[in-house]
Order: sequence, then C-alpha cells, then structure tokens
Amino acid sequence: MSDSLLKVEDLNVYYGSIHAIKGISFEVNEGEIVTLIGANGAGKSTSLNTIAGLLKPRTGKITFCGKNLVGVHAHRIIREGMALCPEGRRVFLQLSVKENLEMGAYTRPDSEIADSLDMVYGLFPRLKERYKQVAGTLSGGEQQMLAMGRALMSKPRLMMLDEPSMGLAPILVDQIFDIIKNLHAAGTTILLVEQNARKALGVADRAYVLETGRIVNSGTGAELLNDDSVKRAYLGG
Amino acid sequence: MLNYLISGISLGSVYAIIALGYTMVYGIAKMLNFAHGDIIMVGGYAAFCAGTYLGWPVPLAILFSMMICTILGIVIEKLAYKPLRNATSLAVLITAIGVSYLLQNLALLIWTSNPKAFPNMVNFIPSIVLGKNSDNPITISSATIVTIAASIIIMVALTLFTGKTKMGKAMRAVSEDKGAAQLMGINVNATISVTFAIGSGLAAIAGVLLCSAYPTLMPTTGSMPGIKAFTAAVLGGIGSIPGAMLGGILLGILEKFAQAYISTQLSDAIVFAALIVVLLVKPTGLLGKKMTEKV
Repeated sequence: MSDSLLKVEDLNVYYGSIHAIKGISFEVNEGEIVTLIGANGAGKSTSLNTIAGLLKPRTGKITFCGKNLVGVHAHRIIREGMALCPEGRRVFLQLSVKENLEMGAYTRPDSEIADSLDMVYGLFPRLKERYKQVAGTLSGGEQQMLAMGRALMSKPRLMMLDEPSMGLAPILVDQIFDIIKNLHAAGTTILLVEQNARKALGVADRAYVLETGRIVNSGTGAELLNDDSVKRAYLGG
Repeated sequence: MLNYLISGISLGSVYAIIALGYTMVYGIAKMLNFAHGDIIMVGGYAAFCAGTYLGWPVPLAILFSMMICTILGIVIEKLAYKPLRNATSLAVLITAIGVSYLLQNLALLIWTSNPKAFPNMVNFIPSIVLGKNSDNPITISSATIVTIAASIIIMVALTLFTGKTKMGKAMRAVSEDKGAAQLMGINVNATISVTFAIGSGLAAIAGVLLCSAYPTLMPTTGSMPGIKAFTAAVLGGIGSIPGAMLGGILLGILEKFAQAYISTQLSDAIVFAALIVVLLVKPTGLLGKKMTEKV
C-alpha cells in the first residue's frame, strides 16, 4: 500500500550473539490499529524498542513517513512524529505528574504545551487531580495513564504502546482499551504490543503473530480471533 | 567558641560547594567523579596563573578559571567516562581515580611540587568585627562572608535550576531512566555534558575560595578537600542538593571543633568516624530519599 506510515522490512536484531528478531517485516498504515501478539520472549518489545531507536538492528530497514529511521538516535525519533509508551510504564517516579507530562512534550515549543496538557487531562481526569503528586505515589493504573498521557504530549502521528495492560486489574484493562479506541477515533495511528491477545485482537484492524523472533501469522483482528492455531496458543482454546 | 563556629561554617561552605558538584554529577550521571577534587586544584592554578602571572583583574581570573574547568570537565567526561556509559560502576570508579592521578601528575609537570602562594582573591568586601568594644571581639573575614554567601547562592540557584527549568527537569529525567528520557527526545549525552560542565564550573569557584582561605596551592591541594566534600555529600545524602549543603557545613563545623577541642591530628579521623556513624543509623544520609518504586 502506498499510504503505509511505518514500514519494517527484513529486520534482524541481536542481543550480543542471541538472534532475537529474525527477519521480520510488517507495516502500519495511517489510521490503523495494528497489534503484535505473541508469548514472552517472542520479540514484541524488542521490535518496538528497535523502531524507537533504543536498540540498533543488525540489518533491515525501518521507514517512517518515507524517512529511514535506522541509525537515527532515539532522542531524534520522537521529532519525526512517533512516540513509544514503553513496557513497564517507565514514568519518572521522582518527577511530578505535570513534570512527567512536560517531559513528554520536551521537543515541542513551550507555547504549545498548555493545550496538550488540557487534552491529556481531558482524557485522564485522574491525572489532573494529581498533577502535583510525585509519580512514584500513583497506583499502577494511574502510572499507565500517565505513561500514555506522556507519550501523547508529543502529538505523535504514530503511538506505539508496549503492554499497556500489564499488571492491571481487569476493570482497568477495559478502561485502557477504551482509551486506545478513543485515541484511534481521534485520528492517532496505533501500534500495539500485547500479551492479552483477545483484547488486542478485539480492537485491532490488523495483527501479526510473533513466535521466537519470526512472524508466523497475520491477518485482520477478526480473522485471527477465529484462527484455530491462534485460539489454541493465545486465546486459551 | 563562636570563632570556631564561624570558621567551621566557612570551611563547611567550601566543602558544600564542592559537595554540590559531586552531588550534581552523581545525581544525574549516577557516577562518583573522584577527579572532582583535582578539578578544584586545576581551578586554583588557572586563577593563580591568570591573576599572578598575567596580572588579570580578579573577576576575570575567576571567570577564566571557571571556563578552563568547565571545558576540562566536558573533555574528561567525553574522553574518559562516556565510553564507559554502559560499563559497571566499578570500572567507571577506577577510571575516575585514574583521571584524578593523571590531573595531579600533569599539574606536577606543569607547575612543579613547589607550593604557590595564592593571593586572597575575595577580599573585595571589608571584614566584619562583632563586639568591637568587648574583651574578645570576633572578626568575620571577607573570605568567610564571600564563601558563605557563594555557597548559599549556588545552592538556591541549583535548586531552582533542577526544579524549574526545562533543562533541569530533563536532567532529573535522565538520572532516573536514560532510555525513557531518550524516548521523550532528550539528548542524554548532551545532558550529561551539561551536568559535568556545571559541576566543574562549581569546582573552579570552590578552588578560588579554598585557595583564598588556605593559600598554599600544590598539585595535591584538591584531593583532601575533595574526599572531605565527598564525605559531606554522602553524609547529607548523595544526589540531594540541600543534603550536600547541610553535609558540607556540618562537616566543616565538626572538623573545626574537633581540631579545637579534641586533637588537630585526630580531626580527620573524627570527621570520617562521624560519617560511619551516620551511615549506620541512616544509610541514605541525612536528607537522602529512599527510592519509592511501584512494580
């Protein structure tokens, strides 16, 4: 397709001598929710971290909005319009909620920050109530909201979410997925990595299944939800 | 008694300025820059050369010294520490000790081991005499006043900088999680360079103040105050700006009182013993905060 926002081609990533990503290719088109599902260690987070520039691929191409991203420093990639909400949230625990959000908008001029803050506070009213609090005192769910809000502060064209439901109570998981749907409805393209395959496939336009560093299956969310091998491996039969 | 207290606070303020440099670098880059004390020494020599050999006026000499130290700090970080960004902290620590010896020996080559008589560069305000008409008047020297004022100004400035400015907040973000900071678009290497620049610039000021109060300048001048200030930073809680200030002043007072009332020879031992006691009771230091972490 011509309007693919992110294109990954034949990517190979190593941790030392361990071949973690073995030649994967996938793409995300403007306006889609695409999900990567798979078990622990399948290479989902590694893929996202490589796209975000935190890891360097040995070979392969990553193209975003037609621009090559391989070899671009991690701190420059957000300027291209891509934000990663990392696994384990990784909010700045000793900074206040507001400071965390300001860091999310680090690359943007100060004059634009107030509008984005209002937008994020609108999505997550809880964060507004606690804007002065140090992030370390927030609950896990609130920290996840903060991590997502922080990523949104850069006004990304593509938002990558790494395991946003990890370690959250079921009711919070529902809430997080509702927010993902809202973001998508508001026009943000989303690349979602999840272990909660049922939920992820439920919201996704398209999905890729990763197994030990390879893409073994792909299709629309609905197709994969009804796929026998996917059902057996990831949906509990 | 009051005299000892004042000279203790004065010495402690110098320790505090050095400790602020230690704590900035540790707080952000999470490394102990053991060469910090020797940057003080370089700062002293730079100011000495500019003031005595070149005859520059004092403010210019101090600025020159700060500039030299800032550049030196950035260069040391780039050459010695940056390649070790992902190495174990032990490797970095040993490198820092190596840099410390390198600076001392370079100074030995350039300026020889003969002590230089450092001019008092901070006598531009008059000293204050308290209780002029009483039996034992107390003199507060201009160096003391300038030193105490400088340490307070620096502490307040650093607190405001790290708390309120975008760069300062970015520094705190880098100190917590370099990877996440990069995802925000923060240039981690540049941020760490700025930290070293600030720490080394402070070392230059500390060098001038230290040498103005204790006017023998030698290649080893910086090492003992460096270690003491490191002790002060740990005592106050390393990484904490008010902690460095508190630790420095307490240490200075303790040292002066130990010299006056117990023994001049044992004063250093007493100072370090105090550190051990504090760390036994409160391992994070007086104002150090425990990391709150939710998993």
